[in-house]
Amino acid sequence: MMSREDLRRWQQKIEGHASDAGLDFFDQRFELVDYRQLNEIASYGGFPVRYPHWTHGMEFDRLNKGYQYGLQKIYEMVINNDPCYAYLMKENAVVDQKLVMCHVYGHNDFFKNNIWFSKTNRHMIDEMANHASRIRRYVNLFGLDEVESFLDVCLSIERLIDVHSQFVTRHRIPLDHSRASVDATPDFRYEAKPYMESFINPEEAVQEQKRQHEEKVKASESPRQPEHPERDVLWFMMHHAPLNSWQRDILGMVRDEAYYFAPQWQTKIMNEGWATYWHSEFMTKFVMNDSEVIDFADHHSGTVGGQGFNPYKIGLYLFRDIEDRWNRGRFGQEYDECQSYEKRRAWNQDLGQGREKIFEVRKIYNDVTFIDTFLTDEFCEEHKLFVYQYDLDKDQYVIASREFKKIKRQLLSQLTNAGQPLISVIDSDHDGKGELLLRHTYEGTPLDLAYAKGTLSNLFKVWRKPVSVESVYKDKPIVMRFDGKEAKIRDLASTAG
Amino acid sequence: MQISRIDRDLGRFRDIVRGKIKENLRKYISHGEMVGRQGKDLVSIPVPSIDVPHFKFGAKEQGGVGMGEGEDGQPVDAGEEGDGQGEAGDAAGDHILEVEVTLEELAALMGEELELPRIEPRGRRSVESYRDKYSGISNVGPPGLRHFKRTYREALKRQLVTGTYDERDPVIIPIKRDMRFKSWTRTEEPASNAVVLYMMDVSGSMGDEQKEIVRIEAFWIDTWLRSQYKNLEFHFIIHDAVAREVDRHTFFHTRESGGTKISSAYRLCAELLEENYPVAEWNVYPFHFSDGDNWGGGDTDICLDLLQNQLLPRVNQFCYGQVTSTYGSGQFKRDLDGRFEDEEAMVTSQIDGKSDIPDSIKDFLSKGR
Repeated sequence: MMSREDLRRWQQKIEGHASDAGLDFFDQRFELVDYRQLNEIASYGGFPVRYPHWTHGMEFDRLNKGYQYGLQKIYEMVINNDPCYAYLMKENAVVDQKLVMCHVYGHNDFFKNNIWFSKTNRHMIDEMANHASRIRRYVNLFGLDEVESFLDVCLSIERLIDVHSQFVTRHRIPLDHSRASVDATPDFRYEAKPYMESFINPEEAVQEQKRQHEEKVKASESPRQPEHPERDVLWFMMHHAPLNSWQRDILGMVRDEAYYFAPQWQTKIMNEGWATYWHSEFMTKFVMNDSEVIDFADHHSGTVGGQGFNPYKIGLYLFRDIEDRWNRGRFGQEYDECQSYEKRRAWNQDLGQGREKIFEVRKIYNDVTFIDTFLTDEFCEEHKLFVYQYDLDKDQYVIASREFKKIKRQLLSQLTNAGQPLISVIDSDHDGKGELLLRHTYEGTPLDLAYAKGTLSNLFKVWRKPVSVESVYKDKPIVMRFDGKEAKIRDLASTAG
Repeated sequence: MQISRIDRDLGRFRDIVRGKIKENLRKYISHGEMVGRQGKDLVSIPVPSIDVPHFKFGAKEQGGVGMGEGEDGQPVDAGEEGDGQGEAGDAAGDHILEVEVTLEELAALMGEELELPRIEPRGRRSVESYRDKYSGISNVGPPGLRHFKRTYREALKRQLVTGTYDERDPVIIPIKRDMRFKSWTRTEEPASNAVVLYMMDVSGSMGDEQKEIVRIEAFWIDTWLRSQYKNLEFHFIIHDAVAREVDRHTFFHTRESGGTKISSAYRLCAELLEENYPVAEWNVYPFHFSDGDNWGGGDTDICLDLLQNQLLPRVNQFCYGQVTSTYGSGQFKRDLDGRFEDEEAMVTSQIDGKSDIPDSIKDFLSKGR
């Protein structure tokens, strides 16, 4: 084990190398914790203080068992925050601590510079603690069961946000909290003595105000809510579901947290690839001593090894590939049109733009655009990528293809919306009965119906009227409706009209 | 850092798991699987995955991208993501939870679910054992039990009051009256003994299915009685036309082809009780399982007499479980019910299939005797 002093010295050294390499990071803090503390923090999504909820306990139970049975252990955990916090596990070997520190500087730089993170709250540790204390106050006021089961509902829909709304302005009609207020026309006359009446409340002014009010009422009675399909279901529920103020507050907090985490779902491959690229760079060039080579190699191969799809590995090798291509000028029309295998292999224009390019990539791309732009045929072949599919006859997954187009397509489809189904609110007054209608934008993969049913039944709890979702199942358009007791699936095609 | 709150969340999670187990307990009870999952003190129970429902893709439809060697059509181990450094909290578990509960807890859950009363032990409720527990502080005691912290605290208090404490030279010297010693209190623990005698008809008409039912039912009865009695002894008697005592394994795995004389088992049972278990000191629970067929020739009358004169006076409760089989006539239960209608110590139960096991257990154990 390394003493705190040693760790501090190493941190300074590594930070120096990171600066020299051009990484641009938030002030970096490391906390030294034991495995139990690390698991605790990990169960709270990396934060020291979160609101109380049983899912955190479940995660903790899972992590602890995994650790005790030696199945898994968390090496690094780092939080997008200014200053940036990361955790080092006391029990780790020296070489691991160094590696984790190197790795963390990569993440830190990525958090600070990647454009998709630019709208995140950089004081999220404080914010999370605020959320926690507010929710705890509600627990004291309304009881744990009440608050926890409402949180269950919120978490059920927490991923249903509109990540792009952070960067564009959406036209939305926000809540008119007093749905009833439009019914009663207020009196626009000020109180006045009879002989002052015509001065204080001139007739034209009163009429004008009445007219304006009626217009406003008309506008708020727009025939259909939302006007456009609304991806931010959380926002929609906050503004249009019949909620108490404390429930609205909790929903808002869960939504804030979802938007905070969203860029991490959007950039998993890039973020890990970037951090792995830099730990490998620093470790092999400066940090490691001779006696640590084997351990490093072992650990590093653990990180980028494995049979399945490994975001660390794909990310790392793609960044290296980009660097190499831009160093040698293997891009652009001329290269793309070159048909000779020999020529392409030997292609070298000594451009030396590799470093510059990867810094640009880490700034403006996310996983989808990253794969879309930089995954090449050669890369798939070199790294033996394949598509697997479920084989009904064999009752297991089998390799389906090694064709570049199919691999890319599959990757992009599972990265789109961070692998979550696209769900929007279509109508909040479905069939004219105030029912809520959602739509799953079908792109070839059906929903898990059991989970969909559970989600609808949770939504019913807040909407308080039947909730439906349109989707496609076995190539047929369907709608699943939950009416408070049971969920029924209706075939849309056969009952249309 | 303030993170001790996880324990509360963990507690909430465990409550939910407990709730799930209870919800499904009747299913577990009538399922033989649990019996095989028993370790020394723990039972491992598969609980359907507990998760917050959300919109997600059907797993099998999705497919994915992997890396490595292999021809088209070759099976891959999906789900094996290189998770060596998994980031926190993004891998939701689709797995089935294996939850380990202690047998004691399981008994408590069963007690709640089937609304079983605690058993009121019979006979001498004499105090039979003591336990010493260090729980207090006393002014006198042997040096070996000296409580250093308390002693020095007393000394410090005294020195502060008398003004002999010098903060520049903080020396604390306990004198005799500062001395504090750990002291213990003696708690009485009423210990009650119980003996369980399982008897089973292993004649040809009792098939594997019937025996499986008996095995499952016996597991749960054991679990419950263990939670009620500290000292529990078991005897296993199998019979066809003759009875003999065997060990637990043989009990559940023997098949004979002969006819059935139930009286042979009851006689052996009575002898065992006579020799080893004085009524005053033991709570006695004979359980007899058969398909209700008994030889003619007056054997049933012998059984009824044995019960009346020798067994019922000795036992807390005599339990007869009749497992329905294709061959059994089921007459024996009718005979018992007819003779002992008003006898509280006699409980009979009809078990048509596995799903009847919970109710049958309830029949046997809900009297709290």
